[in-house]
Amino acid sequence: MSKLPEMINKHHEEIRADWLKQMSTAVRRADLISNEELESQSRELMDAIASGARSGELTNLDGPAWGQARDTLGAISTSRAKQGFSTSETATFVLSLKQPIFNAVRRENPSDPAALFDDIWKSTQLIDKLALITADAFQASREKFIARQQEELMELSTPVVKLWDGILALPIIGTLDSARTQVVMESLLQAVVQTNSRVAIIDITGVPTVDTLVAQHLLKTITAARLMGADCIISGVRPQIAQTIVHLGIDLAGVITKAKLSDAFALALQRTGQVVTKVNGDNAGKRTLLRREE
Amino acid sequence: MKSAKQETVPIATSSDVVMARQKVRQWAIEMKFTLVDQTKLVTAASELARNALEHGKGGHMVIEQVENSVKNGLKLVFEDRGPGISDVDAALRDGFTTGGGMGLGLGGSKRLVNDFQIESEPGKGTRVTVVRWK
Repeated sequence: MSKLPEMINKHHEEIRADWLKQMSTAVRRADLISNEELESQSRELMDAIASGARSGELTNLDGPAWGQARDTLGAISTSRAKQGFSTSETATFVLSLKQPIFNAVRRENPSDPAALFDDIWKSTQLIDKLALITADAFQASREKFIARQQEELMELSTPVVKLWDGILALPIIGTLDSARTQVVMESLLQAVVQTNSRVAIIDITGVPTVDTLVAQHLLKTITAARLMGADCIISGVRPQIAQTIVHLGIDLAGVITKAKLSDAFALALQRTGQVVTKVNGDNAGKRTLLRREE
Repeated sequence: MKSAKQETVPIATSSDVVMARQKVRQWAIEMKFTLVDQTKLVTAASELARNALEHGKGGHMVIEQVENSVKNGLKLVFEDRGPGISDVDAALRDGFTTGGGMGLGLGGSKRLVNDFQIESEPGKGTRVTVVRWK
């Protein structure tokens, strides 16, 4: 039976002192983390390792004895991901524990090379596993962060605005990949019902690339809106997009398109039987008034 | 045709298609293509990258700055290890699709670039090479 677990448990305070002393500047990153925090993290981790070692199990860290160590590493990884550490910096924090432990192992086995080698091998395996747990947790917290941002983007990016009675506008910004198009389409159709709109303007000024997939999504949205009694106008067709659409061979003959949102709005007003006129009198030419055509 | 520098972009997920588009746009801007040419290149890249992803089960795009005796150009090579295309002529025909698309991607990209070459072997995969000259 190896003396290693007992040794770690007995000497963990010395190992920790040694560890903090040897921690290189690369691991310390005084710009990102304070000494007090580093001190408390190392204490927490060392205590958790000592309590795990007390179980005598050093090869399989999935058991309940190492639960505290796993949680501590997870917490450290999450806080470091937020603080802006890189994956390797975070893993190195754990890996830098090797030398202090090896030193302690050497002190414990002054005259028995076989036992020394055995303990060194066991402790290097242990720390590698701890470092892997750290890296996994680090990556998981990063991925969670990215997933949340993606969800936020999805919510942000599809506002349907009411321009006037019976006229909706949907300014699309960014990439129209399939997941987002679904959201765009649903929110437009919802708004058509809620506002009783007869015309919906889809503005694609903010869409950098219109390829066949984007065009297909647009056409499907337009068809669906038409089934619900609303006509769609596409605005914001820039010259380069127009040329590209022609070369691609996409047939937009059945769709009303305009270069500018203002043109589309003017057409929408006309379609819904409304006009914009100047007010006569003192403020003539300064203000415009909208009224329903008789 | 001489090559100056090149870069490889993997195409494994739909966000890689976005990445491929952004890379092509970045290169086209660096090489001072006109706005229309940039848009054409990016659109062609978008179509071909999506083809490689959806029909070819993923692959990669090699983006390369090339020059012949007179002009500079941007060359894009899309390679996948999918089922291949059994009838290339039919695939190039407008309106032909095996998925749910419009069937304009391949033929459309051909019209958006200057040189277009497609090599496909059923069961082995497909390689599409396009060049747009300045």
